[in-house]
Amino acid sequence: MSREDKLPVLATLPRPARHQTEPDRTAPADLARAIAALREAEAAITAPAPRDGGDLPRPNRTETDDTDFTPVGPPRPRWRAGPDAPSDMGAARPGRAGVAAGAVAPPGDRDPLARRFLSLHMPDFAIERWQRHAARTNAELPQDIPHALAMEGPHGPVIHALNRAARLAGIELGARVVDMRALVPELRLDYADPGGDAAALERLMRWCRRWCPWTVVDGLSMHGAGVVMDTTGSDHLWGGEAAMLRDIEARLSALGISAQLAIAPTRGAAWALARLGGVRECCAADELAARMAPLPVAALRLTGETRLLLQRLGLKTVGDLAAVPRLSLARRFSRAALPENPLLRLDQMMGRLAEPVASPDDPPRFAVQSQLSETVMDPVPLIPGLCAELCEGLAAAGFGARRITLTIYRSDGEVSEAAAATSQPSRDPAHLARLFEGKLDRIDPGFGFDLITLAASQAEKMTTAQARLDGGPEAGPDTGRLIDRLSARFGAQALRRPAMRESHIPERREAWAPAMAGLPRRPEPAPRPRPLRLLEPPEQVTVVHAVPDGPPAQFIWRRQTHRVTRYAGPERIAPEWWADRPGTRLRDYYRIEDHQGARFWIYREGILGDGRGGSPDWFIHGIFG
Amino acid sequence: MRVAVTCLQNRLPHPTRCTAQQADAAPTLSEVFPVRATDGAAPAFVAAHVTRAARGPVLWIQDRQSIRETGRPYLAGFARPPEMLCLVVSRAVDVLWAMEQGLGCAALSAVVGEIWGNPPALDFTASKRLALRAEAHGVPAWLIRRGAEADLSAARERWRLSSLPSLTDPDDPRAPGRPQWRAELFRARWRTPGDWVVRHDAGTGEIVFDHGVARPATIDETGRQAAG
Repeated sequence: MSREDKLPVLATLPRPARHQTEPDRTAPADLARAIAALREAEAAITAPAPRDGGDLPRPNRTETDDTDFTPVGPPRPRWRAGPDAPSDMGAARPGRAGVAAGAVAPPGDRDPLARRFLSLHMPDFAIERWQRHAARTNAELPQDIPHALAMEGPHGPVIHALNRAARLAGIELGARVVDMRALVPELRLDYADPGGDAAALERLMRWCRRWCPWTVVDGLSMHGAGVVMDTTGSDHLWGGEAAMLRDIEARLSALGISAQLAIAPTRGAAWALARLGGVRECCAADELAARMAPLPVAALRLTGETRLLLQRLGLKTVGDLAAVPRLSLARRFSRAALPENPLLRLDQMMGRLAEPVASPDDPPRFAVQSQLSETVMDPVPLIPGLCAELCEGLAAAGFGARRITLTIYRSDGEVSEAAAATSQPSRDPAHLARLFEGKLDRIDPGFGFDLITLAASQAEKMTTAQARLDGGPEAGPDTGRLIDRLSARFGAQALRRPAMRESHIPERREAWAPAMAGLPRRPEPAPRPRPLRLLEPPEQVTVVHAVPDGPPAQFIWRRQTHRVTRYAGPERIAPEWWADRPGTRLRDYYRIEDHQGARFWIYREGILGDGRGGSPDWFIHGIFG
Repeated sequence: MRVAVTCLQNRLPHPTRCTAQQADAAPTLSEVFPVRATDGAAPAFVAAHVTRAARGPVLWIQDRQSIRETGRPYLAGFARPPEMLCLVVSRAVDVLWAMEQGLGCAALSAVVGEIWGNPPALDFTASKRLALRAEAHGVPAWLIRRGAEADLSAARERWRLSSLPSLTDPDDPRAPGRPQWRAELFRARWRTPGDWVVRHDAGTGEIVFDHGVARPATIDETGRQAAG
């Protein structure tokens, strides 16, 4: 008997049943029956066959009886031997061998299931982060009010995260906000902050290194955030795996984060158990296959389309999929990428495909200190030396400081500090030292201090670049230093740059952003005449006009009467209904010139009888040159 | 001899038509005194000079009183919006300190300070420091001084600015047209003081100094027309 007989492809599965009625290929019951029949036939054929694949992944396992095969049962199921057998076929078709080779365990004689992975799933990470922030700013909502976070979708905002009350009210993730508002009119809505969530998850991942050194972020989506930890050999420090899981859960709940945890021998299995398994589940290596088999195929980290495809094929659980002959899956999914390939995902789950935790390094820390032999009152003479030392360290690592903190430890135990920031990464000692000018007055040395530290609390990669060959001043660094100095002296909010926005409301067109934040868009000249100066806020004026909705004839501003000699307008600027509160009135702008030649930009807010208030008021908004 | 004549021309521009290229050949400290505090002529005059050859950012410093009384710069109103850095501080001393810092940075194209009144900090020494620093680093400095007396100062040029009725708009006789200012140079180190009607051509960025301060006849007519 040739070996090809026992390796049917999935497309030919219904063939044994053809002599009966013509089966519907997508009928799961028929398919399952066909699979079962095929499996029995295969088991009967291959049971006496010698196992020629010498490099079995788990050589230390005790060999179980191959005859009593069950789809979920034995730790080393039959379909493992599949691709090992046709070695000639693998040589003939290297394209398919790539997928089939996934079954080969990582080289070496180490047990691939000896590692322990902890998967941490935080289903409500975004909303819990929002609630924590709200609690800090005293803007907390009661728990029973439905509350959701939204994100811009292609057809308007969609629900990104929701609290328990909203979930109970029937709101769904990914649904459009307008639909959900119709369902629950009292829904409170805020905008999600995916960038902030990602940064918070990154910090949480580093914080999780208190339990084991290898942690990595494992996805952030509207369905929650994940962290994976390789806890091999570190659980005994916490009194065993169960105690460690309890400890992690307790500490996270103290932070206000609800978490689902599981430990398994592979990363894929831990992922599946954390999301679809029980509470704080620990899966041992020998019960891995048995534990995975009843889980739905959603446990395999597949895309939605692949899950749908498997559903149509009648493969509902991991066990069903595992029972399908390996080569059939390999042929069917030979060109699929990893998230769409059930075979590779199954291999990862079962430990046949290595999936190590590539834990990112901690960002480097730059800090210098000076231990003084006797107490000192004045920190100023020490700063240049500390800055020079810090900059040496920064230069050696190729970094530049964005934020530096000077901390003084007084002899009576008090600690005081001063901080400064830079708009571009810098490692120029003289520049960093100058940033503390005028800031050290606020430091109270008391009876003197004996320890002083200088730390670059925020550092960025900085490459050296030569912009000019003639040695003249370089525009970027020069301006950056000026911005640092002015911001250090007057505060980051005092020095601003205009940040252009898409808006036709005059004051919204130019928002002002701190100059430290970086270079905004270049302004474009406005198409219509606009004033050179804008009053903030607009000042109310008393106007005498000839006709009620006409231009002003005379107005009183700051107790001075201006007679209007010329005017142009009105230019009507309507409120932005998507940003303004309802009832905001439109503005009719006039460019006017008074009897002394001064030119102003004044507007009437609303028109008589627009139903949004009484008689309209007049305001002066700008001054022309 | 030829060189001397060129120098003389540079120093003493022809009063009828002084192009802006000659007006500030060497960057230095200039002071501008608006006749009326809320008048937009002074910032427009400074902005016209500053943005004409802006090669880097402009540092614009205001004290609280100035921003409260006359508002903040609005870039949409600039014919050629420069890259702008705006600083708002509370005291005149801080304006002077920040101006000095800015003048040390040769990458800036100009530094503009707005100071209200006659604070004691702005004395002859302070203005001399600013002038020397501006000349040393080649960064023009402008001081807009509202509600102030023209007291002792080392500024190389001191202007008094007020708005004049604008030119007639060719499309709409009732509308204000291109602006005109009266600029009185009442103290200058390098050239003869004078009194001009100044126009700014927004398209080319040219600043045209015309002789005479009388109102042109066309303006009078339209003014009467509008009033009547």
